[in-house]
Amino acid sequence: METMLESLAAPWPWYVAGPLIGLVVPILLLVGGKVFGISANLRHMCAALPAPEGLKPSFLRYDWKKSGGWNLFFIAGVALGGFLAVTFLGMPDAGQSISEATRSDLAALGIQDFSGLVPAELFTWSSLFTPAGFVVIVMGGFLVGFGARYAGGCTSGHAISGLADLQLPSLVAVLGFFAGGLLVTFGILPLLLG
Amino acid sequence: MKTTRDSTRKGAAVDQGPPDFECLDTEQVSPDTQAKARAEGNRPLALLGYLLLGAYLGVVFVQAEVVSWFRIQEMFRFQSFHMYGIIGTAVAVAALSVQVIKRMEVKTIHGEPIRLSPKDWGDSRIPGARYWIGGTLFGMGWALLGACPGPIFALLGAGITVLLVALASALAGTWAYAALRTRLPH
Repeated sequence: METMLESLAAPWPWYVAGPLIGLVVPILLLVGGKVFGISANLRHMCAALPAPEGLKPSFLRYDWKKSGGWNLFFIAGVALGGFLAVTFLGMPDAGQSISEATRSDLAALGIQDFSGLVPAELFTWSSLFTPAGFVVIVMGGFLVGFGARYAGGCTSGHAISGLADLQLPSLVAVLGFFAGGLLVTFGILPLLLG
Repeated sequence: MKTTRDSTRKGAAVDQGPPDFECLDTEQVSPDTQAKARAEGNRPLALLGYLLLGAYLGVVFVQAEVVSWFRIQEMFRFQSFHMYGIIGTAVAVAALSVQVIKRMEVKTIHGEPIRLSPKDWGDSRIPGARYWIGGTLFGMGWALLGACPGPIFALLGAGITVLLVALASALAGTWAYAALRTRLPH
């Protein structure tokens, strides 16, 4: 048992994790004709929020239980999986397993804590009151929600489901993901953290 | 053997403005079996199945460190193959499966013919505006937060509670899009 758990310790190599993630696409299709697309849940959650009808944009007025029930259960499962993973397999030290080059680049930007999945400098409740923590969490979250719905999908919907069906619009969206990511990584983060 | 596609499938949304079919019409089955597929998907046992499949994905997300801000930085700095290998092999496995499903005209376990609807290019004067503008904004958020929507939930489950604020912000962003969408190029 001990060795089995050890062999499941993070980080799982890409050639194991990638196919395991890719399999979700055919499983969802075969089980119920569903498409792997996680950000739709953000819309279902907005639709579920109690708000006076007049204040709710028509985009958010639909039967979210009927359309999104399965997906909301799916995403609750993702959270459950996160809990099970850290409880039974331990919190991965991603900051230690990343490349030396990334660690030194991030250290130059002032990141010091390389334990766990996320840097403690940015991802604690008190960091919300620092400019960097606020921008990363609040602005980052806002752009993820806005951009995913505007683009009609996120990493799962476009980069995985869309590319798997050879959809050109999804390729454009994925190129956009990278353009935005590079802009932030090389243009904004140095100003924000440096 | 060519699989037919439904050229236009509008969602159940009632509003005017840009086409909207990506989230509400999640059943990718022939139109006549859509209502049946939806009803089957909302049965308690099916919902339990989706919960378990999500849990499987959440475990993979955490153990492969896909949910890590550090890994996303490493990816955008092109300093490791890890994330590229994951996304690349995920797409390869998914693409191969989708091709098999289409060519062999595979049906769902309940017998509905699977029909994938293509993405809509939109009708704005700026070609594909929603994909590259929306995609770029999403990418900025992804690099800042180091998490896309799935990982937000996996990190919450992993006990990093401040992600609740990121989730609330993402909902605010979704709401803002909903309020502005008729005025945005698509």
